[in-house]
Amino acid sequence: MQKRHFIDIAIKWLFFGAAATSVMVLLGIFGMLLFNGVKAFAHISLAEFFFSSNWNPSAYGKPSYGILAMLTSTFLVTLGAMLLAVPLGVGAATYLAQVATEKTRLILKPVIELLAAIPSVVVGFIGIVMVGPFIARVFGLSNGLTALNGAILLAVMSLPTIITVAEDAIRSVPNSFKEASYSLGANQWTTLIKVVLPAAYSGIIAAIILGMGRAIGETMTVLMATGNALAMPRGFFDPVRTMTATIAIELGEVPYGTTHYYSLFAVGALLFLISLVVNLLAENLAGRYRYKL
Amino acid sequence: MKPKLAVRNLHLHYGTKEVLKGIDLDVPENNIVALIGPSGCGKSTLLRAMNRMHDLNPEAKVKGKILLDDDDIYAPGKDVVAVRRKIGMVFQKPNPFPKSIFDNIAYGLKIAGENNKQKLHAIVERTLRSSYLWEEVKDDLDKSALSLSGGQQQRLCIARAVAVEPEVLLMDEPCSALDPISTARIEELMLELKKQYTIVIVTHNMQQAQRVADLTAFMYFGEVIEFAPTRQLFDAPQMELTANYLSGNFG
Repeated sequence: MQKRHFIDIAIKWLFFGAAATSVMVLLGIFGMLLFNGVKAFAHISLAEFFFSSNWNPSAYGKPSYGILAMLTSTFLVTLGAMLLAVPLGVGAATYLAQVATEKTRLILKPVIELLAAIPSVVVGFIGIVMVGPFIARVFGLSNGLTALNGAILLAVMSLPTIITVAEDAIRSVPNSFKEASYSLGANQWTTLIKVVLPAAYSGIIAAIILGMGRAIGETMTVLMATGNALAMPRGFFDPVRTMTATIAIELGEVPYGTTHYYSLFAVGALLFLISLVVNLLAENLAGRYRYKL
Repeated sequence: MKPKLAVRNLHLHYGTKEVLKGIDLDVPENNIVALIGPSGCGKSTLLRAMNRMHDLNPEAKVKGKILLDDDDIYAPGKDVVAVRRKIGMVFQKPNPFPKSIFDNIAYGLKIAGENNKQKLHAIVERTLRSSYLWEEVKDDLDKSALSLSGGQQQRLCIARAVAVEPEVLLMDEPCSALDPISTARIEELMLELKKQYTIVIVTHNMQQAQRVADLTAFMYFGEVIEFAPTRQLFDAPQMELTANYLSGNFG
């Protein structure tokens, strides 16, 4: 009796430890980013950091640390990716969940999920040798490595996430809603637009936000395919350098303990915060979309 | 008298399993016909065949005819949407859309092309009154229909079905998820509705069949065993199977 009691308690703590470890890792990472990032502001003003578009930390004499250009770049590339991926992704999810026969679905779904398995460096490679030159030719640009190139590639990369989550949301709309709609004389199209998709609304939003999180955090693809220009982008046809790309490029060569070093942590902490907010938002919405049956 | 709805030699297969084995049934106008029988006897399946709900299931194969005013709803090339507009349905579990009370009722009218705000309001009020729900919800028409109680939701679903003015109303155990008071209100409503509509109801509740139905059909394993005026079927069943079922020997 005593022994069994002991085992119960031991197992409970064992599992608690496993769960706690991942939380500790998360907190540890955030703490590390924040701890190092804050040090940057001993020499940089918050106003300069957030509102200057001039990033030149290794300039002799007067270095500058404005992230506005890369923040804009990240925003621009993500926005472009979503403009492409959302209609495509939600359309595909709707098709899979409502229109396709079971047989078609069983073939298409794994194929779409396979899209997520392509390494980002391969996507970046395709961006450099195929999509970029194609964009340059179509729009008459001298260089195809632009925000648009990154947006297209990131759209492809976030599609599996959007499709999988949105399809799940659409499929979880109770059949009874559809039956009610049909029994009132609605056809399949009307039922889809007026009943099924609105009912899956918050799940679809969650899917979009998760796809967005994927796009914001992606590094290798944008590093390879967007041209890495530090200037403030004026539109989709300009080369850009995102926050992720900046960290990846500079952190390897920065002297340890300098303001430049700490400022990259500050950029990382900001990126972490953005992803965190995006994920919390998605989590919150995703939890709400399932109908209690 | 010519029946409003007539089922003629109806067979239905799910894959290879025969669920309805040659059903014949006449539903007279402005009557309530109850379908009773043990679980799995095919009564819900028959009801759903009456407005072609089985079209959604590629496994289901229907043979035979169902005539609405002598017009076969399964005739080739028949417009299913038009059929369902004439034959409405209320389901076992209340299934209001996750929309406002107003939009739930207006949905069927809007998809039929009615956009006149005043007219919509008038119809919403009239149908909510006719389902005895108006007094309870008149100040909350913009509230989500999901905030209503189960009994209110089911009356809303009836109002929603009635709003498009069908000719026949199919009800699939409409009270099975409700408390006795809500059930009483819905039965009262059915008796009121039959003045304008023809109603077919599936029910597990023998008392309910006796309270509301003019005619009752007893089904067993995909066949109609006995179909007679309700009083007669319950007081003096002609078939032994019916008598056994009604006295609770199986079911």
